[in-house]
Amino acid sequence: MQEKKNLPIGGVITKGGTAHEYVTGGWRKLRPVLDKGKCTNCLICWVMCPDSAVIVEDGKMIGFDMEHCKGCGICAEECPDKVKAIKMEEEAG
Amino acid sequence: MATTIKTTKGQAGLTGNSAIAYAMKQINPDVCAAYPITPSTGVVEEFSSYVADGDVDTEFITVESEHSAMSACIGASAAGARVMTATSSQGLALMWEMLYIASGMRLPIVLTDVNRALSAPINIHCDHSDSMGARDSGWIQLYSETVQEAYDNLFQAVRIAENENVLLPVMVCLDGFITSHAIENISLIDDADVKEFIGEYKPEHSLLDTDNPVTYGAMTLPDTYIEFKHQQSEAIVRAKDVVSKIGMEFGKKFGREYGLMEKYRLDDAEAAIVIFSSAAGTTKVAVDELRKAGKKVGILRPRLFRPFPFKEIADALKNVKAVAVLDRADSMNGFGGPLFNEVRSALYELEKRPKVVGRIFGLGGRDYKVKDAAGVFEELLKVAETGKVEALTKYITM
Repeated sequence: MQEKKNLPIGGVITKGGTAHEYVTGGWRKLRPVLDKGKCTNCLICWVMCPDSAVIVEDGKMIGFDMEHCKGCGICAEECPDKVKAIKMEEEAG
Repeated sequence: MATTIKTTKGQAGLTGNSAIAYAMKQINPDVCAAYPITPSTGVVEEFSSYVADGDVDTEFITVESEHSAMSACIGASAAGARVMTATSSQGLALMWEMLYIASGMRLPIVLTDVNRALSAPINIHCDHSDSMGARDSGWIQLYSETVQEAYDNLFQAVRIAENENVLLPVMVCLDGFITSHAIENISLIDDADVKEFIGEYKPEHSLLDTDNPVTYGAMTLPDTYIEFKHQQSEAIVRAKDVVSKIGMEFGKKFGREYGLMEKYRLDDAEAAIVIFSSAAGTTKVAVDELRKAGKKVGILRPRLFRPFPFKEIADALKNVKAVAVLDRADSMNGFGGPLFNEVRSALYELEKRPKVVGRIFGLGGRDYKVKDAAGVFEELLKVAETGKVEALTKYITM
């Protein structure tokens, strides 16, 4: 309650980048699964992901930020036909 | 064409619209986004001449509608600018959804509403349906009786809106045509005094401050929305004392003091009319005539309607026997006008309550004459004597 009393006036968010703290992965029904053996690191998935949920390190696609991926499947759809390294699978339970 | 105001000993003959435009020139806001609409067109037209002539530093944004005008005002205010606009009637109606966003985001925008009836049927003349419809939008509302008061209210509105305990938008209302287009000899304040009175606006946040990025208008869910509304509600409650203090300070500096309401010959009155804006002036003439004939009548003219000063209104009317609340707008609720509803509710806390009736008058610019006011007083004096009310609510001036 103490924290609520100190809410910023008018609902202003007083710092940048706070969307990262808002975990939305729970909305997901389908989860993307990466087959690293097939992936060519073309990074089209990284470009197309509407939620910046594709994690890239040193120019390589290393997986998904499952706290923010909403399971839309755009990465799997956009992964080139010759590669098809991403599959959407039902979330368990 | 350059707009020049000729003054004699600090006085000038100005219409309500010219006085508002001149006050805006003296305030010199950072941004004005507006779309012209009768009868407030003169405000926007004359102010845009000041902009064109380089008399102000204001960024004037011409927009395609009032919805866009208020949207631009909100964006500019969130960017940390001092922002003003003006409108009437359908224009205010078109701003509706943005009015709530301005108040919810706690942006101290100042809007002049030149009161005009709402369609349909279409009508360009004065009544208070436009601002009354915005009475729950979270804006502070001040109603002005005269050109002088409208001019003075604008400076006070800037201070009220930007007060750190308030931070809410303010609507200054004046009567369409009756006040906006009538020339009145008013006292002007020196530019330097205006500058000193309003001070510099120092917003806590600015969207343009990229070193300290902020987000305005983020979504809140059931876990915090009610806290933000409660915060806003407490701010508008606090606004009442701020309006009083600034009205007093204005009086000390410029010799014209303003309170939450004006009481005219009310102290020993048995019958009283509660009425807003220019029609109070007409009612005063009726009061003076009736007083000459020995009738104990008076007026309560609320200046502040939002927040509603319910305690002060109850206190002012506690010794009156019969009250008529005259609304220049109908709530279409089947139970009289908005001011009637709220004044009557405010009086409920009194142990000994006056009889209270509601009268709707002057819609769409219908004349409200001294004889109309006298007629209401005559009815009230009968109620005061017999304690019997024949018609709780009804239309007059028909």
